[in-house]
Amino acid sequence: MPLNWKTGGLLLGLVFFAAVLLVKPIGVSTQFVILDGIVADAVSPNLVTQTDDGYTSTNAYLAKSNGKYAKAVSNPLNYSFVFVVAMMVGGFLSALARGGLSAPERIMPALWRVNFGDNQMKRYVATFFGGFVVLYGARLAGGCTSGHMMSGMMQTALSGYIFAAGAFAAAVPVSLMLFKKEA
Amino acid sequence: MTVILLAIVIGVAFGAVLDRVGASNPSYINAMLNLTNLNLAKSILLAIGVGSVLMFGGQMLGFVDVGHMSVKTAYAGVFLGGLLLGAGWALSGFCPGTGVVAAATGRKDALFFIAGGLLGAAAYMVTYPSWEASGMLDKIAGGKVTLGTIPGAKYDGLTAISGDILGLVLGLGFIAVAFALPERFVGSPAQAQPAE
Repeated sequence: MPLNWKTGGLLLGLVFFAAVLLVKPIGVSTQFVILDGIVADAVSPNLVTQTDDGYTSTNAYLAKSNGKYAKAVSNPLNYSFVFVVAMMVGGFLSALARGGLSAPERIMPALWRVNFGDNQMKRYVATFFGGFVVLYGARLAGGCTSGHMMSGMMQTALSGYIFAAGAFAAAVPVSLMLFKKEA
Repeated sequence: MTVILLAIVIGVAFGAVLDRVGASNPSYINAMLNLTNLNLAKSILLAIGVGSVLMFGGQMLGFVDVGHMSVKTAYAGVFLGGLLLGAGWALSGFCPGTGVVAAATGRKDALFFIAGGLLGAAAYMVTYPSWEASGMLDKIAGGKVTLGTIPGAKYDGLTAISGDILGLVLGLGFIAVAFALPERFVGSPAQAQPAE
């Protein structure tokens, strides 16, 4: 069972506050680009190159903002990338502490099973496609649920409100359409 | 090196808390999105409110560095990207952060989400020049703006209202909405249905 919303929300708020107090607001989706860049640069080493005053790339997206992303690709041991790796450690430890997930739940969530049956391929195709659309959308928007919605709205950023309006305008109708039965 | 240590400490805490509020479980995400169980929405609203009140309060008292703020640019693509993300979020039950955490908790379907996500991010990297040319990325309403004008911040205000007071008020507003929101909007709980 998840934490009571008051305890959970308070803890989550404290983490977002700690991040902005000590370093900078939390964000995640950029690191998908950085990992892509790391892999692509390993395959074709000329993708990211060092210049006199920093880094640049043959890919226009990695090269934008004075090579900010190109620099991160060249130095994976940076705050934002390590942060996402650490999130996985935190998730793993938390799951371990609550006794781990049941075998059926590891394959697919209960609500999906109730609505779409237990065909694994169907679930995996849906999550793969979902992941593609989520990250394409997050990069077009310039951030995701963490960076735009939570960190953004917390800072009263106009962009955070625009993002949240778009995300919920699509997410609620799609979810209502897809998940008619309750788990 | 200190900054890497902070990345580890805050990252571990964030991953663990996301899991404990239920955000790593797609059943719980979709119960929020299809409005049958709004407990997660209440957690998120409370978190935004608490974060906001502490940050703006701390800035006013002088112990939070205003320079740590990082405001993203507003442009039409933010809304369009939000729509795409929202659709994929509802379909999969994962967003970028919770998908990564869910994979670490042992969810196999989250690995497919991450694989799709890496491909989606790569597709954006390749198509970025056409988005730039389309004008969808051109800033609107001043771009990197906050709703009020925050003293000492490097960002402009959309209005001349005092930004830190507005931040406190909105933060308290988020907390109030978290408390006011019902636990569910749609239908009635299964156990409340009359027997046939």
